[in-house]
Amino acid sequence: MVPLNYYLILSAIVFAIGVVGVLIRRNLIVVLMSIELMLNAVNLTFIAFSRFLGSMEGQVVVFFVMAVAAAEAVIGLAIIISVFRHRETLDPQEMQLLKW
Amino acid sequence: MVIFFVLAVMLVGLSLLVVFVRNVVHAAVALVAALMIIAIFFLTLQAPMVGVLQIMVYAGAIMVLFLFVIMFLNPMTPERPRRAWWGLGVLSASLLAIMLLFMVSKGQLGAGPLAGTEWFGSPETLAKSLFTEFVLPFEIASIVLLVAIVGAVVLAKRER
Amino acid sequence: MVASAPNPVAFDLLRWIVLIPLLASAFNLFFGQGLGKKNAGVLASAAVGASFALAFYVFWQLSAAGIFRDEVYTWMHSGSFQVNFSLQVDSLTAVMLLIITGIGFLIHVYSLGYMEHDEDMVRFFVYLNLFVFFMLLLVMADNLLLLFVGWEGVGLCSYLLIGFWYHDPNNCIAGNKAFIVNRIGDFGFVLGILLLLTELGRQGFWSLEFVELQKHASMLSPAIIGLVTLLLFIGAAGKSAQIPLFVWLPDAMAGPTPVSALIHAATMVTAGIYMTARLHFLFALAPQTLALIAAIGTATAFFAATIALTQNDIKKVLAYSTVSQLGYMFLAVGLGAFSAAIFHVFTHAFFKACLFLGSGSVIHAMGGEQDMRRMGGLKAHMPTTYWTYVIATLAIAGAPFTAGFFSKDLILWQAFSHGATVLWSIGLITAGLTPFYMFRQLFMVFHGECRADAHAGAHLHESPATMTLPLVILAMGSIFTGWLGAPEYLWGSRWDLWLEPLFGAAEAHHGSVQTEITVTLITLGVVAVGILIAFVKYGRASAKIDESAPPGGFFYRLSLNKYYVDEIYDAVMVRPFTVCSTFFASIFDPWVIDGAVDGVAATARGFSWIWRGLQTGNVQHYLAGLLIGTLALLAYYLGQL
Repeated sequence: MVPLNYYLILSAIVFAIGVVGVLIRRNLIVVLMSIELMLNAVNLTFIAFSRFLGSMEGQVVVFFVMAVAAAEAVIGLAIIISVFRHRETLDPQEMQLLKW
Repeated sequence: MVIFFVLAVMLVGLSLLVVFVRNVVHAAVALVAALMIIAIFFLTLQAPMVGVLQIMVYAGAIMVLFLFVIMFLNPMTPERPRRAWWGLGVLSASLLAIMLLFMVSKGQLGAGPLAGTEWFGSPETLAKSLFTEFVLPFEIASIVLLVAIVGAVVLAKRER
Repeated sequence: MVASAPNPVAFDLLRWIVLIPLLASAFNLFFGQGLGKKNAGVLASAAVGASFALAFYVFWQLSAAGIFRDEVYTWMHSGSFQVNFSLQVDSLTAVMLLIITGIGFLIHVYSLGYMEHDEDMVRFFVYLNLFVFFMLLLVMADNLLLLFVGWEGVGLCSYLLIGFWYHDPNNCIAGNKAFIVNRIGDFGFVLGILLLLTELGRQGFWSLEFVELQKHASMLSPAIIGLVTLLLFIGAAGKSAQIPLFVWLPDAMAGPTPVSALIHAATMVTAGIYMTARLHFLFALAPQTLALIAAIGTATAFFAATIALTQNDIKKVLAYSTVSQLGYMFLAVGLGAFSAAIFHVFTHAFFKACLFLGSGSVIHAMGGEQDMRRMGGLKAHMPTTYWTYVIATLAIAGAPFTAGFFSKDLILWQAFSHGATVLWSIGLITAGLTPFYMFRQLFMVFHGECRADAHAGAHLHESPATMTLPLVILAMGSIFTGWLGAPEYLWGSRWDLWLEPLFGAAEAHHGSVQTEITVTLITLGVVAVGILIAFVKYGRASAKIDESAPPGGFFYRLSLNKYYVDEIYDAVMVRPFTVCSTFFASIFDPWVIDGAVDGVAATARGFSWIWRGLQTGNVQHYLAGLLIGTLALLAYYLGQL
């Protein structure tokens, strides 16, 4: 069988890649997609632990994570649409009004 | 075991694609594929219900929504990120390294017994937990979704 | 042997002696303008008169050995330390009360005439009554702290009254000088009080009441007692104008003449001597301090007398004369003859007040002129003033059977019989200088031809009755009050008997009666010589007093310029102090203190300038910060594993 650690390592790698995407990309939609990637990596960790500890709670948590991720993606996209209408751009570096 | 490694490599490659390709649509498609692979992982980890949900909700609904918005906004290609930002990549890599070290140094949880019977991970078992122990978060989650819907409609409305 | 203090008798009347002048002062302060000048003055005088009546009644009721007590209220209470606003009257206080209220009353009446044309008469009486209140508080206090309140209060009133005619800045400067020099003395006084309190407290007795102090004083070590008495004497030297803190008294003559009479002759300046007499048991335990007091007193007496020889201002002569007589009183204190010191206080109050009021009468008649070189021949125009002045001058000179004769001779006899020959001889010489300068003044002012200019000469007149009546009463006092303290070979001293419970029986004579008579005769001889020389120089018809004559030799100029003491003080102390202040004000304060405060602000601003660079507005930057923080936490926890 595949040891638990392998799943955890895989999950960590995917998570880290997601982080890179959030920090580097200059397209808001891709940033949001990277966030989804991070959430999924975490889901993978939860399911792995659920399997190896024999508890359903992990899966229940994943259920909720998915629900919330859906809501968050919806709101995030709505905001992106709204911002795009005003600024005609999706570059986060262009949105720096809240500075000193 | 072999399946695992194959799938793992594919997953990592696809996520790299998501993050690094220029074209947004390509990135979205790569993400869909990555989500599919994760669903397969769920299935192998004896979480059939969640895996199916992953496909239906995540890869199905959410990603379709993403694609809708991408098409709707018809954005241009992203600009090259500045050179200095690659330093952040190093930082995240170090995050990765730390977490890996952490995990590797801990004791191994072995393969573990096959948790429970075929009832493990089935819809019935999931539903039983959901409607007894976790009924309150369940209700709250439904309210969250309602709020999200209303909020999205309000935010994205075209102003008169 | 000092008699032990008897049990005090409660007497609620005491507080009214103190309060009536205070109430009158407050009333005049608020309603005096409405009352009108004359009425306000009458009210003020009546208040002091009422206090005198009460004081006399108290005196009448008091037996020599009794003490009256009036605890008004508790002032402070902290743990085992308690100070009460509490008044006491024993035989010493009774004497002082009579002087203050009696002579105070006479001077109030005098002021009704003297200040008649002054616009600010109401304010004058407010201050004068306030002064009487504080002085009474001083002598009636039953503890050292309340005494100090009165001490400070009279200093305040002195300042207010010296600078009474404040439109002339010189008067204000004089007032400042008096107050500041007094303050220097007070600094020593406060240190003495604190030291005494802490040392006694160390033994477990936290009290400054005089009866308590008398009981426990002997518990302290000689060194402490010496230091305490020295510090207390510094306070006395400031208040009673001894070397080196006498410089304010001549300048205080800038105030109205009744002020000079009451405060700077009869009462306030005697506060120092009263204080040492009140604490006689403490001073008796400190022989070195007593020796110092005697030395300083004698030196001051001589020093001031030499300055008085050449002064041309009528009030300045009297001022230096006061300093000189105060020196005599301290000489007596230093010899341990407290009864003699208070006796001289008593007699001096009468004849000095009479002299000052007389000079005020002259100034009044001359329309404000104070230079004696422009006076002369006033005898014919002002007979009452003249004759009272003669009597008072004889008294201060020490003519036989006047008050000054008895008190001053007593002091000189004490000096001689204690074996302090040096002090005695200096005192003797001073006793010769005193009649000289006093008779010089008498001759210059009242005899000879009138050198006044036409304007002043036109309205030379005798003063009104409100002014001459007090003069007469004081002149009578200048003769007869001395008779209370006659030596044994005449008819004995009632004075010593009165103060015996306090100071102990008069010491057995150190010498025989013949020696005493001889010493008295020597003194009289010196006095006669002084009068004679004054007569020769100034009294004869052929005496020439020329205002424009160039000043005489070296010693003459030294005396006339008061040995340049003020100039020396200015150069040695005032200048460096001013330089220091200027340095602190214009360099230290703006650069260092403001610099530090502004520097803190500037540093904060600098730091905030640096840190606000973090607020870029770029969300991805913020997320990067989040990541760095998380990494740091993870690293910490990993390190813990």
